[in-house]
Amino acid sequence: MKSSAIAVTGLRKAYGDKVVLDGIDFEVAAGSVYSMLGPNGAGKTTTVNVLTTLMTADAGSVRVAGHDVATGIKQVRAAIGVTGQFAAVDELLSGRENLQLMADLKRVRSRDVVTGLLERFDLVESADKLVATYSGGMRRKLDLAMTLIGKPEIIFLDEPTTGLDPRSRRTMWDIVRGLVADGTTIFLTTQYLDEADELADRIAVLNHGRLVAEGTPEQLKRRIPGGHVRLRFTDPAAYRSAAATLRDATTDDETLSLRIPSDGSQRELRSVLDWLDSVGIEADELSLHTPDLDDVFLALTENTTKEAIAR
Amino acid sequence: MSTISTTLGDSAIMLRRNIKHSMRNPITMFNAILLPIVLMLMFVKVLGGGFDVGVSYIDYATPGLLVMAISYGLGATATAVNDDMTKGVINRFKVMDVSRGAMLTGHVVITTVRALVACAAIVGVAFLMGFDPGASALDWLGVLGVIVLLSFAASWLTVAMGLAAKSVESAGMATVPLIMLPFLSSAFVPAETMDTGVRQFVEYQPFTPIIETLRGLLAGDPSGGDTLAALAWCVGIAVVGYVWAISTFKKRA
Repeated sequence: MKSSAIAVTGLRKAYGDKVVLDGIDFEVAAGSVYSMLGPNGAGKTTTVNVLTTLMTADAGSVRVAGHDVATGIKQVRAAIGVTGQFAAVDELLSGRENLQLMADLKRVRSRDVVTGLLERFDLVESADKLVATYSGGMRRKLDLAMTLIGKPEIIFLDEPTTGLDPRSRRTMWDIVRGLVADGTTIFLTTQYLDEADELADRIAVLNHGRLVAEGTPEQLKRRIPGGHVRLRFTDPAAYRSAAATLRDATTDDETLSLRIPSDGSQRELRSVLDWLDSVGIEADELSLHTPDLDDVFLALTENTTKEAIAR
Repeated sequence: MSTISTTLGDSAIMLRRNIKHSMRNPITMFNAILLPIVLMLMFVKVLGGGFDVGVSYIDYATPGLLVMAISYGLGATATAVNDDMTKGVINRFKVMDVSRGAMLTGHVVITTVRALVACAAIVGVAFLMGFDPGASALDWLGVLGVIVLLSFAASWLTVAMGLAAKSVESAGMATVPLIMLPFLSSAFVPAETMDTGVRQFVEYQPFTPIIETLRGLLAGDPSGGDTLAALAWCVGIAVVGYVWAISTFKKRA
């Protein structure tokens, strides 16, 4: 299929008798952001390593940029850029020299490429300082800038914001959005749900080497009934009488709060409020919760963890 | 571009990187060049007076000091290679389709160049301390050949150890035996003066024939050394190092 940048079917990989990827399938449309989400040890980095030709799969077919990673290594490598989990920058070179090294190796002759990237990533001021003096956020930015030399069509980002402060994370997100705007396909692994929610067109949840869910962020959220209205009381007596009246609500004795299921729409919220008025319940605090990816993620990975423990 | 010119181009780019590293890391330069000279001064000026080796001590010790100068430069190579491996720099190059050999030959060439500089420094200081070799121009060429061959062989072995080590610390430790071996050779005192057990080890370890060959060449009497054994050891170490390095390089992602 021409429109998919990445197509994976039946991918398996084991180290000795430890199965890391247990037959996964997915497809990434060209020009989209695909995020693979999973806890530590789920197999995210192994997937990236196979897709980027660093490892060979035990079974299954993997096509990247239209080429099979087993038979078209050169073509695949020419089309991709990879930013690994740890900033792979050269500490004893300056930022500019790191970029120039990549440009030399890719035989990119123009000097403007390096200067342009330094400006784009806001690294001009430190361009001639040794990378050993850079902060974590600067290293990640430089790492990504190095990946962009030669204009790869598909970029793999393996946990690009792990260990970054909130501001640097947002900078990285903006950079990723900019790349997508230029038509680049992004394959992103992360353990942060907000990151996937923020950036991805489609999300795959990987747990114990299997894809336990796949879809758009909206589709995933709809799978989990987690929306509710939360009523909090300060007076234990008021709490107890409300709990007795509202039989449908889930109770939490510790925080003196009740949860009433709700889809979060204006109409339903009004009917809940009207009903509370009619039965004479007045909570000290009311808040509305829509299911977020955290709910989805916990629900999806919890079950399989329980299964694994039961086994 | 043809494959060979790509490989050469990549190797040149990598070597340029390695040269910058060496110049910017004062500890590397100190270990590789100054430390052997400091040890040389200690052996010749402090300890040497107490050794009776039959000839002027500086003439006796210089060949061993050359070998030691080579081995002291290896630690830096092992840690640099391991650093590239563990920090993901090698993976970055792999994914970019940089010629396989280029990343490793860059390290081998810079190690050999550093060793040559260190040896030149040793010879220079030796002359200042009254070194009086009987070597002809041809013998000197032989000395250069042995030094280059040994550096090249030891570099490949060191690159392999750097690739195989789990951490930078263990990579550095892995080269310690190579640094100790010159002490357990005929570098500083003749083997005949040692205990029987130690002497047997000394006689059969690789550095002894290499040092004796250098000693013979520098004295202007190449037949005095065990040239064939020296060459065989160098070639053997180079082959083992090369095969080990390449297979580890392919395996580890």
